[in-house]
Amino acid sequence: MSLRNYLNKIKPNFEEGGKLHAFQSVFEGFESFLYVPNTTAQSGANIHDAIDSKRIMSMVVIALIPAMLFGMYNVGYQNYAAANMLAGASFWAMFGFGFLAVLPKILVSYIVGLGIEFAWAQWKHEEIQEGYLVSGIIIPLIIPVSTPLWMLAIAIAFAVIIAKEIFGGTGMNVFNVAVVARMFLFFSYPSVMTGDKVWIAKDTIFGLGNALPDGFTMATPLGQIAQGITPTSNLSDMILGFIPGSIGETSVIAIAIGAIILLWSGIASWKTMGSVFVGGIVMALLFQALGMTPIQWYEHIVLGGFCFGAVFMATDPVTSARTETGKYIYGFLIGAMAVIVRVMNPGYPEGMMLAILFGNMVAPLIDYCVVQRNINKRAQRAINK
Amino acid sequence: MTNVIKLRKGLDINLKGRAEGKKVQIAKSEEYAMVPEDFPGLTPKVLVREGDHVNVGDALFANKAYPDVKFASPVSGQVTAVIRGNRRKVLCVKVKTDAEQQFVDFGKKDVSNLDGDAVKKALCEAGLFGFINQLPYAVSTNSETTPKAIFVSALRDMPLAADFEVELEGNEEAFQTGLTALSKIAKVYLGVGAQQNSSALTNAKDVEVNIFDGPCPAGNVGVQVNHISPVNKGEIVWTVDPSAVIFFGRLFAEGKVDMTRTIAIAGSEVTAPAYADVLVGTPIRTILEGNLKHDEHIRVINGNPLTGKKADLANDYLGAHTSEVTVIPEGDNADEMLGWILPRAKEFSTSRSYFSWLFGKKKTYELDARVKGGERHMIMSGEYDKVLPMDIYGEFLIKAIIAGDIDKQEQLGIYEVSPEDFALAEFVDSSKLELQKIVREGLNILRKENA
Repeated sequence: MSLRNYLNKIKPNFEEGGKLHAFQSVFEGFESFLYVPNTTAQSGANIHDAIDSKRIMSMVVIALIPAMLFGMYNVGYQNYAAANMLAGASFWAMFGFGFLAVLPKILVSYIVGLGIEFAWAQWKHEEIQEGYLVSGIIIPLIIPVSTPLWMLAIAIAFAVIIAKEIFGGTGMNVFNVAVVARMFLFFSYPSVMTGDKVWIAKDTIFGLGNALPDGFTMATPLGQIAQGITPTSNLSDMILGFIPGSIGETSVIAIAIGAIILLWSGIASWKTMGSVFVGGIVMALLFQALGMTPIQWYEHIVLGGFCFGAVFMATDPVTSARTETGKYIYGFLIGAMAVIVRVMNPGYPEGMMLAILFGNMVAPLIDYCVVQRNINKRAQRAINK
Repeated sequence: MTNVIKLRKGLDINLKGRAEGKKVQIAKSEEYAMVPEDFPGLTPKVLVREGDHVNVGDALFANKAYPDVKFASPVSGQVTAVIRGNRRKVLCVKVKTDAEQQFVDFGKKDVSNLDGDAVKKALCEAGLFGFINQLPYAVSTNSETTPKAIFVSALRDMPLAADFEVELEGNEEAFQTGLTALSKIAKVYLGVGAQQNSSALTNAKDVEVNIFDGPCPAGNVGVQVNHISPVNKGEIVWTVDPSAVIFFGRLFAEGKVDMTRTIAIAGSEVTAPAYADVLVGTPIRTILEGNLKHDEHIRVINGNPLTGKKADLANDYLGAHTSEVTVIPEGDNADEMLGWILPRAKEFSTSRSYFSWLFGKKKTYELDARVKGGERHMIMSGEYDKVLPMDIYGEFLIKAIIAGDIDKQEQLGIYEVSPEDFALAEFVDSSKLELQKIVREGLNILRKENA
């Protein structure tokens, strides 16, 4: 209770006319983070469900933690493997190295993204919206480990301002913020986002890890396929996640844990998530039957960002289709599109990012068609009465 | 065989303090008041002055646009005050009761021999006609509308709501007379809940009985209209509160106005939840006298916690359409920590990020009036659809209302909804939007535009 009293004591400083008024939205953000607001209903329903957007976003962040932790471990693992030091390295050395390599990216992501979010909320006299809590952890997980921090900062600033804030903030954005950040990096700095030089951390950090030669290359399995090479990883590595790739996307197991949390708590739509997989599998089977892809259909699903995108990004409720029927179509389209880009476009070994972006773009159209059916039915009813 | 309509969507919220089947006596109050705002959409013209004497059934005010629609006084006595608020809006008309109640005699009538116009005329004269609501707009109707059908829902399934069967006991004949009277105007559909088995409901005459089997809001008359005979643009249906049907029946059977209704006094802050027979316009403080657990940090509600209005214990009166008075904790002193992560086992939630799904449907909850989150733009999708058993895209309709797109609102079926249909959606909404207020404002704008 003394914390409550302390907050009550300093609160006037942040209100209109107080000397710290410029930080009002920051203060309110932290206050509502510590305490559920005591504001009571003034119109309409007198009682409310305990769920709110803070809780929802927190659950998504929790669901992302397994993928993040495994990603840290895998960053270390890949470094030690590349240096042929795997035999002598302890789990903690590898994890510690990965942790130190990934942590700055998460910090930069949150500092830049939330900073903009806080400033914007203050400017607009709004409450701080929680949406970036999720984007802020997804973004570091979908980039290669060698991405420079300054690029990350620019990409995040671009994504948060252009893709979200100017549309009106969380809930109003057309495109998934994390996808836009990655797309910005992908098209602005292609050399650090793709190719076979970017997937392994090359320097030692605080004595952990191994320095690798500058020209060292290690392609992702999908990269190898695009170059016409049969991938060197075996299936169990692909599922467990011991392959090079973006930080959080490699382990199907870790992502599956997240998927279970999201589906169980009902935060992600099983319709969307399921139909992304169905779309991907159908398309991969089709290409396999036509002999257009050198790998098995299930490898298309476990490789690259397919699972991560399907579980955490396609299911973003704001940018996905909002009608229940629409969710099936939207998901199927993303899954199918991801595999189509991979197989038919020689330039891009991975297609998930573009597929989700495309899905975001057509989601309103899908909804429009579904809702229009209801509208037509109602119009017909009025004529035939 | 009666038509059974099964509804799957919806949500039953089990709150602590449901009223038991027993009735308690409420002391007679000295002062009663009629509140024009209880009749949505009404612009009143006050017909009495301070100091005038009225009998039960004499008009206190009338609909300004349709002066033949009058609103009767529930008691006889002296008009003590006409309270006005901002811009001289009439807040209430207070009447101090006589020791001996005097009734205006409207004459007993045999409803089976009346035609529709005679029924309408009798209701207008007696000042009860305004108890009839209409769709579209969910407002108190006027005498010039011609309904395509009349809907009565005998099912009250909002949390803590009064069971209509308790009220029906002893009023079966009046209820049937009221239904017969209404059936002279247009076809009457009576909606009954699956658990209700009173023969006055299931075997009601002169009406079509439909049984609605499903969770709340199966009892919402708007939901029932949507399933039986949805409202198209240009059509009007009347919706009548079952208690008002009893008022109508008494008028024809006894020739006098009697606005006694059986209400539930319920909620976790009520010492002894029970039923009581009270007049419309009884002061809330009289109803709750000596029956409250706490004096502070409570929320008194004129109605049920989902659709009822926040009431001021000292200055508010039992609403014309109110079938229960409920009291829950206000919660403004809860100071709950770290709500975004702690388990919060006492809270009820439809979300499985809480644990109320583990405790089954029998557990009762003590919910307070906190919003429990900040207002956001619509983030999650499909939340409203799960609790809106109507052929309507709730989210898209709400967005059309917020955007002020009238064409779209019409296309999406705004004529079929009333604010109460969105009460559950407002409860489950994780973005904490004030949906009932949004819908009401949308309807008001549309009504003005179409006038």
